[in-house]
Amino acid sequence: MRVTDMTTEYTTADGRRIGGTVMEMKNITLRFGGVEAIKNISFDIREGEIRAIIGPNGAGKSSMLNVISGFYVPQDGEVWYKGAPRPPMKPFEVAQQGIARTFQNIALFEGMSVLDNVMTGRLTHMKTGLFAQSIWKGKAEQEETENREVAERIIDFLEIQAIRKTPVARLPYGLKKRVELARALAAEPTILLLDEPMAGMNVEEKEDMSRFILDVNDEFGTTIALIEHDMGVVMDLSDRVVVMDYGKKIGDGTPDEVRNNQDVIDAYLGVSHD
Amino acid sequence: MFYREAGDFNTSYPEDSQTFPIKFDRWRYYAVLFVAIFVIPFLINDYWVNSIFLPFLIYSIAAIGLNILVGYCGQVSLGTGGFMAVGAYACYKLMTSFPDLSMVVHVLLAGGITAGVGVLFGLPSLRIKGFYLAVATLAAQFFLVWLFNRVPWFYNYSASGQISAPERTFLGVNITGSNTDAWATYLFCLFFVILSAYIARNLTRGSVGRKWMAIRDMDIAAEIIGVNPLRAKLTAFAVSSFFVGISGALFFSVYLGAVEVGEAFGITKSFLVLFMIIIGGLGSIFGSFAGAAFLVLLPVALKIIGVDWLGWPTDIVAHLQLVVVGALIIIFLIAEPHGLAQLWRVAKEKLRLWPFPH
Ligand SMILES: Nc1ncnc2c1ncn2[C@@H]1O[C@H](COP(=O)(O)OP(=O)(O)O)[C@@H](O)[C@H]1O
Ligand SMILES: [Mg+2]
Repeated sequence: MRVTDMTTEYTTADGRRIGGTVMEMKNITLRFGGVEAIKNISFDIREGEIRAIIGPNGAGKSSMLNVISGFYVPQDGEVWYKGAPRPPMKPFEVAQQGIARTFQNIALFEGMSVLDNVMTGRLTHMKTGLFAQSIWKGKAEQEETENREVAERIIDFLEIQAIRKTPVARLPYGLKKRVELARALAAEPTILLLDEPMAGMNVEEKEDMSRFILDVNDEFGTTIALIEHDMGVVMDLSDRVVVMDYGKKIGDGTPDEVRNNQDVIDAYLGVSHD
Repeated sequence: MFYREAGDFNTSYPEDSQTFPIKFDRWRYYAVLFVAIFVIPFLINDYWVNSIFLPFLIYSIAAIGLNILVGYCGQVSLGTGGFMAVGAYACYKLMTSFPDLSMVVHVLLAGGITAGVGVLFGLPSLRIKGFYLAVATLAAQFFLVWLFNRVPWFYNYSASGQISAPERTFLGVNITGSNTDAWATYLFCLFFVILSAYIARNLTRGSVGRKWMAIRDMDIAAEIIGVNPLRAKLTAFAVSSFFVGISGALFFSVYLGAVEVGEAFGITKSFLVLFMIIIGGLGSIFGSFAGAAFLVLLPVALKIIGVDWLGWPTDIVAHLQLVVVGALIIIFLIAEPHGLAQLWRVAKEKLRLWPFPH
């Protein structure tokens, strides 16, 4: 039975509720000069699911995430969010709408501690004005404490308590990736976008990261769209997969459907040749 | 020295994020405040106030202001002198136009006006960064000095082209003009220093401070967590200029009394304050004080040692001062970008663990 044909809410085999469409990409085309990085691609993301975008290097996966988060403006097509077409937006406006992300190359604030980095994830929730902050006592302090509690919960959840006060610049690569996830999670996003969260990690770190991604989705019900290079990891992790190759969508469905898709097999075999 | 945090537990988040989480630090801070308010005013005379205390206090405010922009938000500015001039001329115009208003109001309003001008000159920062922004602020510096020289309205059409502070009192005590007492001008400036440090500390530990630091560390990542870059930069320009404006107002009205703009607020002033925060420590309120103290005391110390003790000619000592400052800037930029403040932190860290370093 094809799960993806279901248009109503359903419950997965492991008991998570998947809701209706929360984001939809409609006929997105993105060009850089003569290069067509994304060619007329459409797909949807449903509430509560883990949606993967896979494909060989240069397929246009990161570009797609950059379209969603407002860094790139597509020449054609629309991004629908919560049932309405989204007007062109700056990245910070996208973030304020509840879309958080991590980068393929870590983008942390190196001059700050882990705790401060995670606290920056709370900024969209902190509204106290300049004047109240100057006085601090009262509103600003209370807001700081409330948001600190959320940040500390995320820190506990991702098991990085021990490095809370460490400057980020001193951390090894794997931990930095985890701190970046913590910062994105601290925003309590509606959709979490992860660009190759496991790139450059050893097997053990990959297993940890996979577990965290599943836990985040399970515990907070966060919708996750993630890019992964590695087919194997994706198959275990995701509910549905979009496969891209040379800017085109060549497959979309459950991991099993995608695995048996001839175009996908060809694309991956093609890559392993060169 | 007994510097300990043992038995000193912070059991709530507000306690953990306070300015001085270690009790010993807190007490030392209260002690400094007590001495500054209740002891120093009784001991100082005109010489001490004019050669050390007033410049130290006033430059500290300017350094705090510049540090917010450069150290916290990462936007380099060479326009500090020009913005101090805005504060000074705003204060002058306010003092002469509204003679009945309190001096405290004048100085605060001068800060507010400078904040507005700062925002105006901060607008290009959305598009230009680093070196190019520095050049743009340099242009602002020259433009502002030129403006105050050329438009007679700013100096009330005085024949000399200078501005001079009329006599004003606060709580019945003279604080500007020629008949002031050392303790009164000192306390007046101290009030603004405490106010500035308090506000700056609160802003830098909360959400707006994190926005500034996010922009400083990586502007793309700052955007992705929802920071509006233009808003964040412009608030940094506004807050920074507010403090710089206050310091300019005090520098003119309380310290110098009369000002020729090119001389008092020229490009050398911009560099002096920039050097203060580099030597003191970028991104540190304490560093702003340390840097101001250092560069105010250095010429005094060199003069005492060089001229008074060793009998060297004055001009040699003046040159020596330039060499020392230049060398220190290079050393700090290369070896310790976080300045004296970081050296102090490292020393405290060692003391905290002493005598068992592991
Ligand atoms: N900013 C850009 N300017 C020009 N070309 C780009 C830019 N970003 C991506 N591309 C091109 O778009 C294509 C897809 O890149 P990318 O989305 O990074 O692929 P992936 O993440 O799947 O490896 C590549 O050919 C890449 O060179
Ligand atoms: Mg990529």
